[in-house]
Amino acid sequence: MTTALLNARLVDPERGTVAPGGLLIAADGSIAARLGPDDRPEAAEQIDCNGLCLAPGIVDIGVKIGEPGERHKESFRSAGAAAAAGGVTTMVIRPDTEPPIDTPESLEFLRRRAAEAGPVRILPMAALTRGRQGREMTEMGFLLDGGAVALSDVAAVADTRIFSRCLAYAAGLGALVIGHPQDPSLSAGACITSGQFASQLGLPAVGTIAERIGLERDLALTEATGARYHADQISSAAGIAVLERTRASGLSVTAGTSIHHLTLNVLDIGAYRTFFKLTPPLRAEEDRQALVAALADGLIDVIGSFHTPQDEESKRLPFEEAAPGAVGLETLLPAAMQLYHAGALGLPGLWRALSLNPSRLLGLDTGRLTPGAPADLVLFDPDHPFVLDRATLRSKSRNTPYDLQRMQGRVEATWVAGRRIYAREAA
Amino acid sequence: MFAHRHLLGIESLSRGDIESILDLAETYVALNRRTDKRTDALRGLTQINMFFESSTRTQSSFELAGKRLGADVMNFGTAGSSLRKGETVIDTAMTLNAMHPDLLVVRHGASGAVALLAEKVNCAVINAGDGRHEHPTQALLDALTIRRRKGRLSRLTVAICGDIAHSRVARSNILLLGRMDNRVRVIGPATLLPAGIERMGVEVSHDMASGLEGADVVMMLRLQRERMDGALVPSAREYYHRFGLDAQKLRAAKPDAIVMHPGPMNRGVEIDGTLADDINISVIHEQVEMGVAVRMAVLDLLARNLRGTQEARA
Repeated sequence: MTTALLNARLVDPERGTVAPGGLLIAADGSIAARLGPDDRPEAAEQIDCNGLCLAPGIVDIGVKIGEPGERHKESFRSAGAAAAAGGVTTMVIRPDTEPPIDTPESLEFLRRRAAEAGPVRILPMAALTRGRQGREMTEMGFLLDGGAVALSDVAAVADTRIFSRCLAYAAGLGALVIGHPQDPSLSAGACITSGQFASQLGLPAVGTIAERIGLERDLALTEATGARYHADQISSAAGIAVLERTRASGLSVTAGTSIHHLTLNVLDIGAYRTFFKLTPPLRAEEDRQALVAALADGLIDVIGSFHTPQDEESKRLPFEEAAPGAVGLETLLPAAMQLYHAGALGLPGLWRALSLNPSRLLGLDTGRLTPGAPADLVLFDPDHPFVLDRATLRSKSRNTPYDLQRMQGRVEATWVAGRRIYAREAA
Repeated sequence: MFAHRHLLGIESLSRGDIESILDLAETYVALNRRTDKRTDALRGLTQINMFFESSTRTQSSFELAGKRLGADVMNFGTAGSSLRKGETVIDTAMTLNAMHPDLLVVRHGASGAVALLAEKVNCAVINAGDGRHEHPTQALLDALTIRRRKGRLSRLTVAICGDIAHSRVARSNILLLGRMDNRVRVIGPATLLPAGIERMGVEVSHDMASGLEGADVVMMLRLQRERMDGALVPSAREYYHRFGLDAQKLRAAKPDAIVMHPGPMNRGVEIDGTLADDINISVIHEQVEMGVAVRMAVLDLLARNLRGTQEARA
């Protein structure tokens, strides 16, 4: 069955344009043609997009799903529903589960369970070291054969010798290693970024120098081993400075950041609000502004939600003891719209970081509106205002820092491989 | 007028609030010096002291304060309690809440834990120290001691020396003394000063000679044993040499300067023993005495509000 999406504004990250038009979707689920504003092709189904924005679906690197081990926090099914409603068409999921995804067998389990996420695409990452303990490397070759798209411990591998060997071995396989740049001895026990505010709250704190040192180390090892390295989250001006120097030296590395670090700062923690406890911790406003600028300059390649479901029990604790992380699949797009409405980035620039760049990083053909590319799409209204009520989230866990916040931007519909997997119900 | 349901920190107190507490505390100082120390301000009320972190001084001070006001006082320690068996702070608080206490005095090792607990219970909550955050009754008793000795609680130069980074006492004192328009200095090695301290309205000094200059009040803080062994300072003896208060270092302060310490003291680490015992200079025992009076005042004020709320409801 062919589908024609008409009367849309096409957000094209590849061309860097927003233009009126539409898309023709072929029966095989790929984009058959780009349509001009007045084209009315023969198609079995015609959908009027009412002048809203049509963009490639979001490719979210670093989603945590509670399977295995914590299915009460999030299952493949609930995450799939949340992703579809958030315009996320590909979830690249983290191996920091219980137990971690560190063997071909656990990867196989994951693939079977992942079918439940429905039509949203699931791509697994696997651990770099066994049990994410940072002592012995995993069977990287088998894991890649089993479908792992990247290797990551979702934490810094503390032992530099072991991390160096992991990078060297991964380099031989051409594998992508996703590092978590952080000096573990500096950040041990800390739960907030150091500074006046942290001192007032009396919480154990760490400076952004821990990120700088961690990143410097990782990049030096990357240069020495020739590995493919992506930094999962750069969160500070100190980290950006390192990235800038490295890029200038010609070393090809990529970096991501989280939507939370782009839109919130340490002061949002207020009176020990644990929904704002994240890893790495929220930074100062100057860091946030530097991140936004680095994103606009293309120094930061990828924005992710770093979706981390935590139940009420894990968060209803003193700040130091509460579990870190926030859910983000459903709020990624509206939160990203804050950057658009603030004039920091245009829609094509945002979609490069949300969709095109992560696709390229993983060697996927998504993230584009070109004929032949998969019709993974999101239709959204960038202006629609609303107040977020966390009770409406589809995730099993509702630990969002945006609760009760005024937001703009609403997903109207989501397609994966040409099939509509989400359509907003008219209120 | 003291319009608060809880006492969670100095942060939320106005100048007027602080003065109200201290004025009432003065009357309890007088009462406590009489042979018959009982009043019935808290008669019929139940006070639970809930110390998740062990304490001898603060807990007995609160216990005595409650008893002298006629409350039924229960101490709830955590040694061997269900908290050690994995129960959360909130669950423990809810359990106690079901016993209908009127006043809950709480100490906890995590910053913000007392405020978190206060959200979940129906009674008045008093913070008896939360992590490195606040210890409001300590700052209030220090303030009362200063006011009685100096005749005022403003336009004074107060030096706070030692482990500021890990001290809730320092934070509450900085807030209180700042609110009352005093000049506050913090003195210590950089490893014991928290980040951004210079933006908290205080002057920062790394040596005693310049830090103590012209001080009216010198507050010494306790240095925990585990922080002396090369982790944050090289050794106890080097610390004493550079930052321990003795008669010689004190000469930089005003001739009538008073010396305070929240206790328990490490003689020969942060303070010279002879100096600590000099009753013309050291007001350490007076601080303990003021502690009971200030806690009585706080319990009394919160109980009045509690009764006011109940009457309004009835």
